[in-house]
Amino acid sequence: MTSAERTDILVIGSGFGGAITAYHLAAGGAKVVILERGPWVPSDEFDQGFELGTSSTRIFDFVAGDGMSILGGNCVGGGSVVYFATMPRAPRFAFERQGSIGRRMWPSVINRDALEPWYDRVAEALPLSPQTWDQVPYPGGLWAAACNHAGRTANLPNVAIDTALCTNCNWMMAGCKFDAKRSLLLNYLPAAVAHGAEIRPLHEVQKITKVDDFYRVHYNVMDEVDYRETTSGGSIDAKIVIVAAGAGATPVILQRSEPELGKMPHGVGRYFSGNGERLNTAVIDEDRAREVLGLSRPNGKAYAANQIGRGPTVVCWDHLDGSLPEHSRFALEQLYFPPGLGTILAQAPGVDGPGWFGPEKKEMLRHWESWLTIFILSEDNNEGVFGPPPPTGNAVRISQQMLGRGALSYEPTKETLRGWAEADAEIKNILERDGLAKVRPWTNDLVGAYTVHPLSSCRIGDDPATSALDHRHELRNHPGIFVTDGSAVPGALTVNPALTIAALAERAIPGIVAAAQERGINVKYGAPAPDGARSAARAVTPLLPSLVAR
Amino acid sequence: MDTSAENAIRVMTLEAFADTFVPGEKRSPDDVAIAGAAEGPGAVVAGAIELLELPATGVAAGLDDIVSTLNDHASDYAAEHDIALDDAVPPFVGLDYQQRSALMRVLTAPDHPEKEFWVLTAMFCFMAFDTGAHMDTITAMENGHPGLTMMGFAKPDADGLWRFPDYSYGRQLARSHPGTTPNGDPA
Repeated sequence: MTSAERTDILVIGSGFGGAITAYHLAAGGAKVVILERGPWVPSDEFDQGFELGTSSTRIFDFVAGDGMSILGGNCVGGGSVVYFATMPRAPRFAFERQGSIGRRMWPSVINRDALEPWYDRVAEALPLSPQTWDQVPYPGGLWAAACNHAGRTANLPNVAIDTALCTNCNWMMAGCKFDAKRSLLLNYLPAAVAHGAEIRPLHEVQKITKVDDFYRVHYNVMDEVDYRETTSGGSIDAKIVIVAAGAGATPVILQRSEPELGKMPHGVGRYFSGNGERLNTAVIDEDRAREVLGLSRPNGKAYAANQIGRGPTVVCWDHLDGSLPEHSRFALEQLYFPPGLGTILAQAPGVDGPGWFGPEKKEMLRHWESWLTIFILSEDNNEGVFGPPPPTGNAVRISQQMLGRGALSYEPTKETLRGWAEADAEIKNILERDGLAKVRPWTNDLVGAYTVHPLSSCRIGDDPATSALDHRHELRNHPGIFVTDGSAVPGALTVNPALTIAALAERAIPGIVAAAQERGINVKYGAPAPDGARSAARAVTPLLPSLVAR
Repeated sequence: MDTSAENAIRVMTLEAFADTFVPGEKRSPDDVAIAGAAEGPGAVVAGAIELLELPATGVAAGLDDIVSTLNDHASDYAAEHDIALDDAVPPFVGLDYQQRSALMRVLTAPDHPEKEFWVLTAMFCFMAFDTGAHMDTITAMENGHPGLTMMGFAKPDADGLWRFPDYSYGRQLARSHPGTTPNGDPA
């Protein structure tokens, strides 16, 4: 046998779960290699444009499933490069959820209080900033005014955005040209590289096998333009493997590894959650926005500002109430959804039956500037199950970039449907009040439900029957393999999950370091934030012993 | 049938298909592919066929199948509904807008076995209209791309980048949730 390339720690994926672990382990002295499926695109190569082949399709993936489609990042930096950087902490009740398993889904050692120091670490590292009302873009302002008119409250969640640099261009799903969005390209990843970590873009991991005391990670090298093509392949041996390919890909890699690696825990590829997500699009009556809400812009318009802003900026948290029953708790967040993949799903209000195409839909598009899109983040029932893996990657790629067909199936239960119906009704109540708008949910008939926050397909928990990972994020029955991405989150959070994913990754590091030390890797825990800040790092020091114990 | 006749069938059928989703006005009085169900240009004039024909979409190689399958469905639909089709045009083109629309509702219904195939192709028709994804976006804006123009998509600055210095009402428009933590999170 030819001797394979070796490293101490192999990280699959460079989003939050991969970048954070790679940084700490490299800073602690380990030799770290990161394999990333997508390209490495510097900020001056981010495009503002829709043309196929520009960054809007190079760094973005849309994987259609049966009943659920997933939007996600496909580049160095993962979701952080394409997301909207909205970073709330999950509400206390989210950690107490039971879902359909009849017991608490989260490990007993993790609740909101236990996660606070790890949230603090991420907040210091990125860093996060509060928003202020004088900088809220028009769509958020309109949503706030409508909520207020209906007697609701509205909040400005913290963001990983430097608003002084932001131009409110709303192209952030194609990558931020202005470096206003503090993606992982600006903090954890350069710090990891500075400590010797090596990032290899366009390396799509297919499976993991075992050779002696090492895991062997097998990859294909992707063509840089046509992701349907591979140019070569190879493998790397490592003592520790971190799987952080995203909740739509991590379970697929593990499923494909099962024949050679041995039986996977039951939770691998099951309990997928779409974070209870769903969209409604309203067409605002400009005259009523002026008359009812008293809104006007310097150009004389009341609103007509759908295109302006930086994704979601204002959210109604009135239904994040722990005394409400599970599935009746949801956030309603103003969102910008750029033209392209989603437009087909918006339905013309007032049309009997499907309203997603035809003259009425075109008329709706004529009023595109007056659209206001509201994003529901609710509690689904972890209904998603991954079928047999496709031949390569996590999808059969249809288009040269972006579009593929995956193996996820998702049939919403009545509890999930009830939550969506209650949230739809609340949006209608707020926005159709006094003739302010006409609103309708996106259709689920075409590509199923739609999530930009895939979760839980390989989750942590105390019960081996319903969780693939222990609380240290180690894959059950496969010591030395850890999963640190969104797939580890046990269930829907009712808020944007990136900060919770990142905090869990931070929390997992001490356990991974201990496992690495047991395998003879010379690595220590204790790196500061990527910019050298130490206050949050000091705060977690007393917690370390509890994170190493199995 | 000669190649040009086959190509005419292909183009007319695809145009009629795209026009069903984002309809437009006829390009001339004798335009049969575009049904004329809406004012202003629709998906066809916005570039739907150009986009579908790009190999990058992954559907280009299957367009002949799309055309023949769609026309087979249209023939069946016409027979079921006692519709007399004009032999001079492909069967789908021979349907009026309401009939084309009704057929597409059947083919894209959740329980139809070919649903994914039709939805995928329809999605590119929408993309041609609402993004002009077959061409550079700045060029599309300069050329007055029908979809982006109708939607009111803003023009970029002189350097080709979008910025919105006028972006905020600049004042507090709602109360925060009373349970918000001191650092701005839900409780």
